[in-house]
Order: sequence, then structure tokens, then C-alpha cells
Amino acid sequence: MQKSLHINPDKCTGCLQCEMACSYEHHGSFNPSKSRIKVFDFHDAGRKVPYTCTQCAEAWCLQACPVDAIKLDLVTGAKVVMETVCVGCKVCTIACPFGTVNYVQDTGKVQKCDLCGGDPACATACPTGAITYIDADWTGLERMQQWAGKLDNQASA
Amino acid sequence: MAWAGKVLRVNLTAGTCASEPLNMQWARDYIGQRGLATKYFVEEVDAKVDPLSPDNKIIWATGPLTGTMASTGGRYSVITKGALTGAIACSNSGGYWGAELKMAGWDMIIFEGKSAKPVYLVIENDKAELLDAAFIWGKSVWETEPAIKAKHQEPQMRVSSIGRAGETGCLYAAVVNDLHRAAGRSGVGTVMGSKNLKAIAVRGTKGVGNIRDFKAFMAATTAAKKVLHDNAVTGQGLPMYGTQVLMNVINTMGALPTRNHRDVQFDGAKDISAEAMHEPRKTDGKKNLVTNQACFGCTIACGRISKIDETHFTVQNRPQYWGASGGLEYEAAWALGAANGVNDLEALTFANFICNEHGMDPISFGATVGAVMELYDMGVLTKEQLGIDARYGSAEALAYFAELTCKGEGFGKEIAQGSKRLTAKYGHPDLSMSVKGQEFPAYDSRGIQGMGLAYATSNRGACHLRGYTVASEVLGIPVKTDPLVTEGKAGLVKAFQDATAVFDSAGVCVFTTFAWTLADLQPQLAAACSDEFTMDELGKIGERVWNMEREFNNRAGFTHKDDNLPKRLTTEPAKTGPAKGLVNGLDKMLPEYYQLRGWDPQGRPTKETKARLGL
Ligand code: SF4
Ligand code: SF4
Repeated sequence: MQKSLHINPDKCTGCLQCEMACSYEHHGSFNPSKSRIKVFDFHDAGRKVPYTCTQCAEAWCLQACPVDAIKLDLVTGAKVVMETVCVGCKVCTIACPFGTVNYVQDTGKVQKCDLCGGDPACATACPTGAITYIDADWTGLERMQQWAGKLDNQASA
Repeated sequence: MAWAGKVLRVNLTAGTCASEPLNMQWARDYIGQRGLATKYFVEEVDAKVDPLSPDNKIIWATGPLTGTMASTGGRYSVITKGALTGAIACSNSGGYWGAELKMAGWDMIIFEGKSAKPVYLVIENDKAELLDAAFIWGKSVWETEPAIKAKHQEPQMRVSSIGRAGETGCLYAAVVNDLHRAAGRSGVGTVMGSKNLKAIAVRGTKGVGNIRDFKAFMAATTAAKKVLHDNAVTGQGLPMYGTQVLMNVINTMGALPTRNHRDVQFDGAKDISAEAMHEPRKTDGKKNLVTNQACFGCTIACGRISKIDETHFTVQNRPQYWGASGGLEYEAAWALGAANGVNDLEALTFANFICNEHGMDPISFGATVGAVMELYDMGVLTKEQLGIDARYGSAEALAYFAELTCKGEGFGKEIAQGSKRLTAKYGHPDLSMSVKGQEFPAYDSRGIQGMGLAYATSNRGACHLRGYTVASEVLGIPVKTDPLVTEGKAGLVKAFQDATAVFDSAGVCVFTTFAWTLADLQPQLAAACSDEFTMDELGKIGERVWNMEREFNNRAGFTHKDDNLPKRLTTEPAKTGPAKGLVNGLDKMLPEYYQLRGWDPQGRPTKETKARLGL
């Protein structure tokens, strides 16, 4: 079974535990500036929205890379950057429609979410359930269920 | 370890920034943040210094757990000699700023001297420089933060700044970061303003990596997060209702100071409670509360995010106040509401927005307005003087005073001096509901006896965050004690004061203590820093910090006579509720407290006590 990161911004409090977990996993320090998942603050609306790579089936980044540095992990479905191959040309950052491949000045390479090899640290760290790692076929299940519940209420009203 | 190991020293007179190594011996003796920065402060500053003179210093300090995955590990404190009190001041704030400073590689920043013209400090990792603040001086916090980010083209920058209140000399001006998190009390923002220092903008991309034993740290922080999650207060009450969960509880037990402490119960409490914030408004069908939010690293998320009804008189045709922003927490809701008899939730939210926007402590502001309304009620102050009909319960007067006070205009200039100076000026010093010049927070010590002692002996003046016996006397944490009796409270207050000093020094939020004891914090600190941080050692450090602060205050000229409460609380019995007929029994608790502390009858730590604590 393939799994996906599933994000529900309504539950997010902006604690950044996910960003710290991600940066620790990949860089060995608590460092949100190096995180591959980013929590955006829409202050006036009172919303915090986590955002990261959704691992497109037909990945633009992977297609665009001139040196084939982005590889498909057959087990997790993640599109993974091979640091040793990446030449830091940033073409993938242009190709990705969502902006979730990012250049890292310190290393001169790009980085993106790799699903931590199948056990994403952000989902483990998130205290609110805003990030979960679930069966890829059912990423909308929770929302469907909510709406289904409303239908049921109306019927019995 | 877990400390960055570096202190930034900024001389505002000379305009210089210099890096120096952190004193690691002091770090082991005082941990960080409150304890460690206070150690630096008392070593470097003459206790008799005028708080607003260039010789006073002011320190922004993180703790070793700041910027780590420890829950609530995002705190910083501002330490100085308080403008409002003349006592040691240490105000703590959450949000994201503290973690950003740590990520930039600094444990603390010490400011000395005074700049000739307004400046702000910019830190980008190791680089720090003072820049001309002409473009933001005179601006609010809400204008300053985006202006700095735009100027440096760095939207990720975090800013800690003062608004108009800190510039105009309001004695309880706050330091605000991330638009609505504040180091609120004792006038730390006033000291910042007196130095012509407008803001500190930080971008840190180095991260925090030097954890002593990473595996043990992750195990300890994960276990401690579970404790928070499983606890009814930190797992459900605070995320759902915020600290406002207390409004109806405290009112019912007859400990909600009302109309400048004339009463102990407020009939409008339900209108300004957590529950009211969840109710759709009659006017527009929307709720005051939009959502809860967290500070950096916090798995509790008590923060309130609110929107004001756009048709409310306070914000009509003022769209800058229509967006979501920091809403009411309990102390602010009480000070702006019950203390003045105002039960208009939207007006309270507006006054709270103004306090955030312009950097002003809502507790001291609201409580001072309570005193003004009492003087008005007595006919001592008139409508002509005040510019408005200031009867108890007037939401119009509250909103009007909020805007005047933070800008230092009209009668607001006098409200900005705090209740002690204001009531003295008009001949009624007994009507200032304060200790050491700082106004009480939201618990009446006639109905919660231990809090009387906690207020009287708090090192920064009346305060709930120095020894929160409410936890025990009201909520039964860690054990339930009877709020109406004085027996056993001396020991209780001491235990809370010492433990709190450790939490405030570690880099975590004191609200964790609804669920955590020192035994939950200890493994996190030990794994992050040093195995010298045993339970015994931490207990001793808490006591050491408390006595160090006390000694500074004694040197500053405070004596046992200042460990006192306003006459009203010790002579006018509570009129209603479970505490009806009671006054606070401070005189029964204080001698025992001195004894337990190892102080002489004048409230001075004895030689033996100092030797035992290594002072
Ligand atoms: S850990 Fe969860 S709640 Fe916290 S910021 Fe990330 S997504 Fe939001
Ligand atoms: S409990 Fe509240 S104040 Fe404390 S860190 Fe969490 S959100 Fe911030």
C-alpha cells in the first residue's frame, strides 16, 4: 500500500514541531529555515497552513532535471533528490508548479520532501493531527465522512 | 550544551556590537533566561540605578530549551530594573522571536547605555548592527514589524519591538513580538524606549543542534508531550478555552476582583468569559474567537485569535481592526473588564488589540482605569478632567482611555503613570490595587488566601506568574488546598516560587506546570544540557534565583515593609460569595514564609541561607 502525507490546515496551530522534526531528520539540527515542510501564516484570516511536496505521480521536477538527479523511490512513491548527482542548476525549482523544491545555499543543491523513507518525521511530531501519513487512496476520506455526516443529519431532521 | 554559548553585547552610547562567550559556570548555576540573565544583570548593574537612566541595562535572554523540540520551547525573557516598580523585572514572552534568536546563534543580548537617536538592532546569524530607526520611530508595533521586514526584504525576520507606549514613557509599556505576544509587565518596554531602542529584528538560519544526548532528549520531550496531551487542563481546557477557562470558575468562588476590588464577584463575568467568546454574536452571527494558535514549539496552543464585530462602535469604519489578531486571555479580560465593571466583550477585545498594537500591559492599564473609575465615582475626578463620563461599566470610557494612554495624550498621560502614582496625586494612595507599584492580576486574595502572600512577596511586584498557588487552591494541582485558609500557604508559596524560577530559566512556558512538575522538566534539561541538572540541583537553583532577585531588591531599597497588600484587602471583607466576611490574612503567613526562606524578620536572606545557596 502506498501512503501519502495528508494535510488538514484547520487543525494546525503553527507550533512548528513539524519544521523542527524535518530539519532534524535531514540536517541534524532544529532549524525551521532548513525544513522541507513550511507552515505559512495568513495572519489576518487567523490561519496557519502547512505545505509541502505532494509527490506528483508525473513529477515535473523529475522530468525537468537535466542530470537525472531526482529519482522515484519505488516503495514510498517519493521523488528523491540524490545530492551527489544534483548540480544545483535549480531547473526543478522552476518546473515545480507548487514551489516545493527549494535551493539550499549552504550545500549548493536543492532539497525536497522525501517522505523520510516511509516514516515522515513531521507527521510523527505534529501534535494536532494536522499532518497525517495515510493510505494514498483515501486522502479525502475524513472530509467525505464529515459531509456524509451532514447528509445524515438532514435526513433525520 | 544546548546553549548557543554566545552573548551579544550592544553599547547603545557608543553604537557598538560585540560577541563574548557565555559564562558557562553561571549557565550551570542559573540555567538560562530568567536566572542566568538576572545573574548577569545583578553583577553588572548598581541596584540603586534609576531605571530610566543610561546606567540601567536591559537584557533579552533565551533558555537552553528555547529553539528545541521540547514542548513550548520558544520562550524568551526581558530582564532589567522595572520602570513601573524600581524592582528587578523579568517579563516572559512566547511567539517565535526567542527561538529565532537562538537559531541565529545567540543566548542573549545585553544592551547598555543610551543611543543619541532612535535605532534598531538587526541580527542575521553572526552579524549584528545598529541602524537608524527614523523610519519606524513614532510607529506602532503593527506598523514596525512589516516595515522592517520590507526594508530588509526578509519576510521571515522576527521582530521584538515597542510601540507608541514605550516611546511616550508609559510606565507599563510592553515589549511585543510577532504582533501580539508580549513581555508585558513592569515596564520593560519603557526602559527599552528610554534607551532610544525601537526594535530588535532577527533572522537565524543556523539552527539549534548541540543537544548533549539527542536520543535521550527526544525520548524525554516525547514523554513530556504526552503528559501535556493527557492532562485535562493542558490537553483540553487551554486549547479549547485558553486561560479564559478561569473566568467563570474564579467568579463563582468569589475571587474575581471587581470595580477596583470593591467587590469579589462580577455579574457580567459570563459575558466576557471563554464561553462567550465561543458563542455566535447577536449582531453578526459570528464568534469572537476565530481559532486557537500556538507559540513556537508549543503542543498546548492556548493562544486566542479573535475578530471584532465590524459594526461595533470601537472599530466602525476602521478596517485596520477588522482582521484576526491576538484575542483575550484571562488576565487581560479581567483587567479590561471586571476591574472596571465593563461586560462588553467586543470593547475588551478592542482595548486588547490596542495594547498589542502600541505595546502596553493590559493588566496595569486596565487596573489603573479601575482606580480612575473609582475616583470618578467618588467625585474626586470629573468629566471635565477626564474628557469623558467614566462611570464603572463604561465601554466607551475604556476604549477612549486605551487610545489616549498608549499615545500619552490628554488624561492618558496620567493613566500611563500607573495606579500608584495616579491615586497618590489625587490624594487617595490606598486605592491603588498594587504591590511594589505593580497592579494585581485577576485573583482576589480574600477568596484565594495564598495569592495574598504570593503577591506581597513577588520580586517583580504583584504578579500571578511568580507563585501561582491558584493551581493548588483552585484547581488541585498538584494537591488541593483550601483557598479560604492561611495554614500551609507559606510553604506552598515558596514551593511554587522556586519551581517557577526553574521553568522560567529553562526556556519553556510556565503553563506547562498545569501538567508538568519539575520531575517532567528535569529529564529534558538533563538530556539537553548536562547531567548535573538533577532534581536536587534544580530545586536549589530555583531557590538561588529567588534569593538573588530578593537581594537585588533589598539593595535597591525595598524592605519587609514593602511585602504588603493594599489596606482594602486586609481590612475590607469580601461582600459576597464563599469568601464573604474574609480579609486576606497576610500577617499570619508572612513570618512563617520568612522563616521557611531562611530570612531574618526584616526579610533579608541570612548568611547561612546565602552560603547554602552559593550566593
Ligand atoms: S506540527 Fe502540526 S500543528 Fe504544528 S505547525 Fe506543523 S502541521 Fe501545524
Ligand atoms: S501554552 Fe500558550 S503561552 Fe504557553 S507556549 Fe503554548 S501557546 Fe504559548
